[in-house]
Amino acid sequence: MSDSKLIVLDVKDLGIDFGGLTAVNDFCLQIYEKEIVGLIGPNGAGKTTVFNMLTKVYQPSRGQIFFCGEDTAKKTVVDMNKAGIARTFQNIRLFSKLSVLDNVMTGFHNSITYSPVSAVLRLPSFRAQEREFTKKAMELLSIFGLEDQAGQMAANLPYGAQRRLEIARAMATNPKLLLLDEPAAGMNPQETEELMDMIRLVRDHFGIAILLIEHDMKLVMGICERITVLNYGMLLAEGTPDEIQNNPAVVKAYLGE
Amino acid sequence: MEKKKNIFAALFGEGVRNRTFSFIIVIAAYIILESMRRSGSLSSLFTGLLVPICCYVIAAIGLNLNVGISGELNLGQAGFMSIGAFTGISVSGCLASSLTNPTLRLIVSILVAMLVAVIFGLIIGVPVLKLQGDYLAIVTLAFGQIIMSLVTNMYLGFDENGFQFSFVENRTKLAKGGKMLLSGPMGANGTDRISTFTVGAVMIVLALLVVYNIMYSKSGRAIMAARDNRIAAESVGINIARTKMLAFVISAAMAGAAGALYGLNYKTLVPAKFDFNTSILILVFVVLGGLGNMTGTIIATVVLVLLPELLRPIADYRMLTYAIILILTMIITNNPVVRKFFGGLKLRRDTAGREA
Repeated sequence: MSDSKLIVLDVKDLGIDFGGLTAVNDFCLQIYEKEIVGLIGPNGAGKTTVFNMLTKVYQPSRGQIFFCGEDTAKKTVVDMNKAGIARTFQNIRLFSKLSVLDNVMTGFHNSITYSPVSAVLRLPSFRAQEREFTKKAMELLSIFGLEDQAGQMAANLPYGAQRRLEIARAMATNPKLLLLDEPAAGMNPQETEELMDMIRLVRDHFGIAILLIEHDMKLVMGICERITVLNYGMLLAEGTPDEIQNNPAVVKAYLGE
Repeated sequence: MEKKKNIFAALFGEGVRNRTFSFIIVIAAYIILESMRRSGSLSSLFTGLLVPICCYVIAAIGLNLNVGISGELNLGQAGFMSIGAFTGISVSGCLASSLTNPTLRLIVSILVAMLVAVIFGLIIGVPVLKLQGDYLAIVTLAFGQIIMSLVTNMYLGFDENGFQFSFVENRTKLAKGGKMLLSGPMGANGTDRISTFTVGAVMIVLALLVVYNIMYSKSGRAIMAARDNRIAAESVGINIARTKMLAFVISAAMAGAAGALYGLNYKTLVPAKFDFNTSILILVFVVLGGLGNMTGTIIATVVLVLLPELLRPIADYRMLTYAIILILTMIITNNPVVRKFFGGLKLRRDTAGREA
């Protein structure tokens, strides 16, 4: 990548052990601003583990994560989100009993500044902020084509819409880097096509970097500018989609000898 | 236009209807019962039950915030009521000579009781809220028992020289004109009965206002998000511990206030009143009324407090009938046909929304 671009995420020699088992080792990754990067690898390669380390759900055993130039060693899950990393989950994790609108509103949790006391007393600061952020949430929902379902319970949404809602909720936290864990899982080819457009749109509209895990090679090769391949917890290859497709080591890892 | 309607529905749809309904029920019940009481058409049995019902309703509303909205099983609500009751009685006893207006004294006692309950809530909440599920239930259960044992062994006296306190054995030597506020297992005796139905009703309205306004705000969304999916809640930057703490402490404050109102309604109150059974009783009100459903909680509380009294004529079969009615209610409300009947309106609205 060009050196003029700002580096958003810089991961150095990241590793984690679960008991005696080394799940990920010597993992390195750089993501520049406004870049879409793919993280691929066979099942069990440690892709989601990498996501969990980047968001501090797991505390890495080794290595460093620099986010926007800042060492994140002491940060918690909540701190990582405040710093600007948002994520979605492989198995959708919505707040199923909340409305679609409220799911997005939870994403504004740290942007909304009124205290519980002003909420109880319904002070003007409460009303003004609720109005402002409800409007913002509706804008987000309309970007993701969910504005007509705003009042529905999240659990009642169809599968594809739930995936989109998860992205909308993540975007409400105003991230600089969005981590998508298998966004196209369970989608049909047409839905996947729409999702690709949406991911591009999110990047262009919000100007953020995106790191995605995906098994759908059409999607990965179609929208990622760079791809990192993980195998048995180790970095196997890194490069543009063309380079990865023609890399013998990658082909071997996926298809065998 | 269509979009505007959607925002409106999402913001104010079900929430406001539920909210308005609860307030209307409470205020209407208050007006009817109070006018009946004044005109003397209410039997002494029912008149005596008015304040206790208010107390249980307030404690149950608080517990519903904790169990229904926050999703944490709390079996120690009676412990917080006990703290509130004996704090309230003590404060009222101290102020008896200096603050002669009974309503004002009642309000001050309730506020102090709430404050003490909040402090206990914070102290207990820190370790307890790190636990989840059954473990949390066990620890809150233990808390309730510990509070009961502590109060059972406490002796507190008050005279012109100030307070005298002793534990396990009564070593207080009060000057003439002094007053025992707490006498161990005997609890509090000779309390001024200053609780009134009006104050109770106002407190229910305030409790509803607090719970609803918290529910439909940033904090409420965070509390419910943490309940629905802990990991996702953290991933959007919600501090789980702080969020759960807020629900726990508000619940404790309401139990404290309810306890003070209860304690100041009787001449004598023993610590054993707030035992494990009371915690379970309040939990039954909440579960039967519906988790997260405040209107349901109020109705369930009123019915379940009145039921044993109404069943008095059949004496020996009283508790048996009570249990049967409880079980039948649970079966019936879980019946899909019945649910559909009561949820008919809501279902129709949902499908209409989907077609549009």
